[in-house]
Amino acid sequence: MKSKKQTALKWTINLSFVFISFIALFPILSLLVSSFRPASDLMRNGISLTFSLSELTVENYTYIFTQASEYWQWYGNSLIISSLTIVLSLFFSSMVGYSLAVYDFKGNNFIFLLVLFIIMVPFEILMLPLFQLFIDLRLMDTYLAVMLPLIVAPIAVFFFRQYALGLPKELMDAARIDGTTEYGIFFKIMMPLMLPSFAAMAILQGLASWNNFLWPLLVLRSNDMFTLPIGLASLLTPYGNNYDILISGSVMTIIPIIILFIFFQRYFISGLSVGGVKG
Amino acid sequence: MLETPTKTNVEVNRESSRLKRMLNFLNSKKVVPYVFILPFVISFLLLTFIPAVQAFVMSFQKVLPGQTTFIGWQNYERILNPTFYKALSNTTIYVILTVLILVIVPIILSVFLDSKLVRFKTFFRASLFIPSLASIIVAGTIFRMVFGESEVAVANQVVTFFGFEPVDWRYNSWSAMLLMVLLCSWRWMGVNVLYFLAALQNVPKELYEAADIDGANVIQKFLYVTLPHLKPIVIFVSTISIINGFRMFEESYVFWETNSPGNIGLTVVGYMYQQGIQQNDMGFGAAVGVVLILIIFVISFVQLLLTGAFKRGDE
Repeated sequence: MKSKKQTALKWTINLSFVFISFIALFPILSLLVSSFRPASDLMRNGISLTFSLSELTVENYTYIFTQASEYWQWYGNSLIISSLTIVLSLFFSSMVGYSLAVYDFKGNNFIFLLVLFIIMVPFEILMLPLFQLFIDLRLMDTYLAVMLPLIVAPIAVFFFRQYALGLPKELMDAARIDGTTEYGIFFKIMMPLMLPSFAAMAILQGLASWNNFLWPLLVLRSNDMFTLPIGLASLLTPYGNNYDILISGSVMTIIPIIILFIFFQRYFISGLSVGGVKG
Repeated sequence: MLETPTKTNVEVNRESSRLKRMLNFLNSKKVVPYVFILPFVISFLLLTFIPAVQAFVMSFQKVLPGQTTFIGWQNYERILNPTFYKALSNTTIYVILTVLILVIVPIILSVFLDSKLVRFKTFFRASLFIPSLASIIVAGTIFRMVFGESEVAVANQVVTFFGFEPVDWRYNSWSAMLLMVLLCSWRWMGVNVLYFLAALQNVPKELYEAADIDGANVIQKFLYVTLPHLKPIVIFVSTISIINGFRMFEESYVFWETNSPGNIGLTVVGYMYQQGIQQNDMGFGAAVGVVLILIIFVISFVQLLLTGAFKRGDE
């Protein structure tokens, strides 16, 4: 009697999870399916559960591949900005985090508290003075302007510090005896040991940069400097008739990320669970 | 070519020994850590500290290109207006709803995902997580089309299936809030589930066995064993959700840009953007920002106080 009850319970719970997963995945699946429907219809009626299979078309994709050079310009901008952000922010943040973890120096605790504090300070508070500053520095509408606020990321510093605390310190002493410089120790010995943390942070920073919205919205002015989110948002106007680019473009923005996620799930999860990061 | 003809050997030697001393200095354990943290210090000063001070100063100024005048509390006096109240009340309701949803639902989901009852855990976990990979613009584009005004858009198809009238989702106060809360919950649910799943790993299994021996039922075990162990992570997740909720801007922007009908989607940061950037009234925008950070600090502090996060963990 009891086991029967339990199987019923099991079934209910598992079916509920199937339903919940479906709800979670539905928006993305519906985007994928709708990208093969006529853009004019999507613009007028939105995404619909009912449509005839005969109207499916690849027109949105042929259009974006042949007519929409601006979309590819945005794609390029986003790729360049995200890769540079990953490289620079991992380089600088790992240096800082490593130093906080392995060296005893005056001010160590203060700097660490500062890192924690900045994580809590909303970027939005700083956005107006920063905006002013970037105008004064004539940095508006440049890649650098988009990247700078992300380059030393406190959240990444924090993560690298926690990771570096677990590094074997004996290796450092051994290397010192061999005459390796402190910099050599970091770049040649410790960095390779920190590789998993680099993978996680590359994903965190890459995603933050790829999806970054508010700051690029402020500093990017001309269409050919737009990143993908800004470019796509510019198509979201009520008068827009670019739903063909918007929808196939959205698909091509998110699908590469999902594919990366499927292959590197572990790093995504450890990277994104460091601290409620908004993208 | 290789040697500089004007320098004697002695001079070269002296220079190289100075270089050596310089390198030794840079390599000493006293200096190295400071070299390593230099990027952080520079970026903190330039991109956080100075702007923060400036934001505070600006809030007492009228900022016009080329001329800035000190105007005392005027910006703050102007904040007390109906539009700001609307923005603040929208944001507050949004924070309350998102915090409730993004704490309670993930706890329930993660407890089930952690139990032996659920199969295909990896798949369920991954599918809950995938929405967080979508940028807010892509997510917003989808939501706009799912919640379209047309009768054949998904949301209205569902609503009419249950016998209700189709809704103009983006044009009612209640449905506007629903859209923003749903969008946020959809994107962050999976991430919070991960937090709670990680925390559940740390609950000692013997406690459940002990509870079994004492004859505790499932709900009692959840209330008296699981929940107390989840407390730190509940505090963490709710703190983050509160801060992120007050920072909210994008979830509204994707539905209405910066002009929602009757300001039904206006948020505090949206108001800052409208006034500071679009109207070019930076001083006023900065004052809104200062008020916002005060609100965030006070609420986070009270919340941490109430939940006992400041107490030492010796009980």
